[in-house]
Amino acid sequence: MSAITRDEVAHLARLSRLALGDDELDHLAAQLDQIISAVARVQEVAAEDIPPTSHALPLTNVYRADEVRPSLAPEQALAGAPAAEEQRFRVPRILGEEA
Amino acid sequence: MKYDEALAKYEPVLGIETHIELGTASKMFCGCPTGFGAEPNTQVCPVCLGLPGALPVTNHAAIEGIIKIGLALNCEIVEWCRFARKNYFYPDMPKNFQISQYDEPLCVNGFLEVEAEGETYRIEIERVHMEEDTGKSLHVGGATGRIQGADHSLVDYNRAGIPLVEIVTKPIPATGEKAPLVARAYATELRELVRSLGVSDVRMEEGSMRCDVNVSLMPRGAAEWGTRTETKNVNSLRSVERAVRSEIERQAGVLSGGGRIVQETRHFHEDTGRTTSGRSKEEAQDYRYFPEPDLVPMAPSREWVAELKASLPELPAARRRRVQAEWALSDLELRDVVNAGAVELIEATVAAGADAGAARKWWMNELSRRATEQGVELDALPITPEQVARIQAMVAAGELNDKLARQVFEGVLAGEGAPDEVVAARGLKVVSDEGELSSIIDRVIADNAAVADKVRSGKVAAAGALVGAVMKATRGQADAGRARELILEKLGAS
Ligand SMILES: [Zn+2]
Repeated sequence: MSAITRDEVAHLARLSRLALGDDELDHLAAQLDQIISAVARVQEVAAEDIPPTSHALPLTNVYRADEVRPSLAPEQALAGAPAAEEQRFRVPRILGEEA
Repeated sequence: MKYDEALAKYEPVLGIETHIELGTASKMFCGCPTGFGAEPNTQVCPVCLGLPGALPVTNHAAIEGIIKIGLALNCEIVEWCRFARKNYFYPDMPKNFQISQYDEPLCVNGFLEVEAEGETYRIEIERVHMEEDTGKSLHVGGATGRIQGADHSLVDYNRAGIPLVEIVTKPIPATGEKAPLVARAYATELRELVRSLGVSDVRMEEGSMRCDVNVSLMPRGAAEWGTRTETKNVNSLRSVERAVRSEIERQAGVLSGGGRIVQETRHFHEDTGRTTSGRSKEEAQDYRYFPEPDLVPMAPSREWVAELKASLPELPAARRRRVQAEWALSDLELRDVVNAGAVELIEATVAAGADAGAARKWWMNELSRRATEQGVELDALPITPEQVARIQAMVAAGELNDKLARQVFEGVLAGEGAPDEVVAARGLKVVSDEGELSSIIDRVIADNAAVADKVRSGKVAAAGALVGAVMKATRGQADAGRARELILEKLGAS
């Protein structure tokens, strides 16, 4: 049984707004299946006494003081934007979703 | 379906999610400022724009703020938790994800007691978690600034990354026909509570407090809850009440017509008081949460939590109980003062030296009336509790009567300066010079001989007309009580 189905990959692609063709889906579904299976092998090593880990460093409570630092100038902020208008990022309309 | 009819057939179950922007100086994970109303994209940096390589660092004051809210809501503060990435594709977050919390909220299992029409409801709090606010989109090309029909959108990321606290209730059953009032009472009490903590300005009109209301209906006597909808865009306390009411009516109409409720997000429209369908909820749920790798876990020490708990101010419910006793108010009087938003103002006026009765009188009558006329909240009037106390001190000292005091209020509100300046500039002083008052009374008695005779013959009530004439002659600046005494004395009727 595969670790991820072609339908699941298609669903993820849709959530990420990636327009994948049928051949791309076939290709990626197979690849992702291999990747997930490979990563899943780590679980075989995990014993009862090993807690699930999400962070590499054994640190907690790293905070910064509530102090204002300079922001970018709007021209800098917008420099990388594909399009800008009225000092705002201009994006295509999003179909089927609400603000 | 009509509301009464709907309630006769169905029992509503509510749930309320509230977002509150914290009033920190800087954003949640970067040093950008958080001021409202700045020029677009002037409060952004690589972190809150999600530029490659930028790393977030948690704002300590925001965590302090959310823990205070959690404690004030009687929550348990967990010993360890993480942030999570909520992944979604929408341009209001430039990173394509929002840093939030998922299955490990910082505060859990609290409650808030609220009162609706004399009945107390205990609203159970499921969770309070920390996240960041999103940017603001302006839809261009559509007729109404809404996304339907829009040609493109313009995004301002000043708000993206502002610390946001989400407070989620457990389902609230058994409120019956009072459901809309309970929802409003909860939002009102929560706003007061958070305001008292000083961690947010909780202004619904500016969006620093926003409510989403979940409503489901089940047939009366049924054991299983119905399908719920989530109404967003509810931006005033009054709208909270209206949105619940409107959704109850709509759902009852669908159900009694044999239809089924679709689990979805709906939008409340201030103008019509109705909700309309938004995106369907099931699909939007697919956020692929995972622990945020760029932020280490939080483990608030028990000492810190205890310290914060000890630092909490007197909370609104306790304050209300105290002022009710101190000011000797009936339940109804207390409710009026609370509803007028006058508790703190009266307290501050008393602290500035006025007696409680007088302070309450000025705020609840004269100033409430003027606030209503101007369509503003009481605390938005351009007068301070200290100024009210000063005016009352002049009344107490006999330098002003109530009528003159009202003129001073008028002057202060019109921006003519502090009470003493208004008194000086307008020449408002009670005529307390006995000699001057006495000669004015003599003249009034001479001018109104017939009335004076009546008083002499024992019709004391007729003296009112003479007092009126004295007040008219002094343009309201005489002490009416003293004038009356003198008139009766002179006419041998005292
Ligand atoms: Zn920033």
